[in-house]
Amino acid sequence: MMQRILPHPGLSALLVIMWVVMVNDLTFGALFLGLVVGLAVPKFTDAYWPARPRINFAAGIAYVGLVLWDIIVANFQVAAIILFRPNRDLRPAWLAIPLELDTPEAITVFAGTISLTPGTVSADVSDCGTYLLVHALHAPDPAAEIASAKARYEARLKRIFL
Amino acid sequence: MSGGFSLGEILASALIVLGAGFALIGSWGLVRLPSLMERLHGPTKASTLGLGAMLIGSIVWFQLVKGEWTTHELLISLFLFVTAPITANMIAKVHLHRLRLGEQPGPAGPPASPGADSDWATYEALRAGTPGCFDED
Repeated sequence: MMQRILPHPGLSALLVIMWVVMVNDLTFGALFLGLVVGLAVPKFTDAYWPARPRINFAAGIAYVGLVLWDIIVANFQVAAIILFRPNRDLRPAWLAIPLELDTPEAITVFAGTISLTPGTVSADVSDCGTYLLVHALHAPDPAAEIASAKARYEARLKRIFL
Repeated sequence: MSGGFSLGEILASALIVLGAGFALIGSWGLVRLPSLMERLHGPTKASTLGLGAMLIGSIVWFQLVKGEWTTHELLISLFLFVTAPITANMIAKVHLHRLRLGEQPGPAGPPASPGADSDWATYEALRAGTPGCFDED
């Protein structure tokens, strides 16, 4: 019953928050309309998102904080590479990261994180979602890059997407 | 306070200059890096903090100078973080296809296949009826 009214409670909460933020005013009217949107959108899009991922939201918030910090650090690293490292010293490489995550939602978040953080852009997954193809701007030691992405992000995501 | 600047104005200006600096570095990266995949790194990262710093500058200015709360900047950065990786992903996939059509790979060479009997998903999607491997399929 609850499942049918609220197919994705996390999405509903996010939509309500986003609506109030967009209206930029915490009034009853804004909250009410936000609730209508937050209930209607997940309901009508339910058919396109049949999976029901179980998410540990507390771990998720800690993860967002970690990623925001990494984005700031990554920006300075990439800026330093662009400004000071000549092209002949650049060691770009393709990394095939073996995936332990097995849900599409978790893999999507992992790929998005990689695109936003230190000198890496995710390009593709392998046909069964067992590898993630990542391009690194400067990776003299690809194996170490793969190990660090797995330890820093994938291990945490395994605790978020239960 | 004629002729002087308030703390809010100084802080907001510093953040806007920082943001503009990062946007400039990102654009410079677009020009000077050797090939398409390397060039992708410039705009996806250096500009994230560039825009972020400008948005924080905007929040600071409205809060300290105008005395109003604005939250639209948070929404802009959220949408940016959701869309930037997808844009990069789409460009990378087009590049993978163009490699097959004979385009010269960058210094990293073409990507190796993930295994003997599997391939990258964007290549597999060309064939109809490729079985999926997730539980929902």
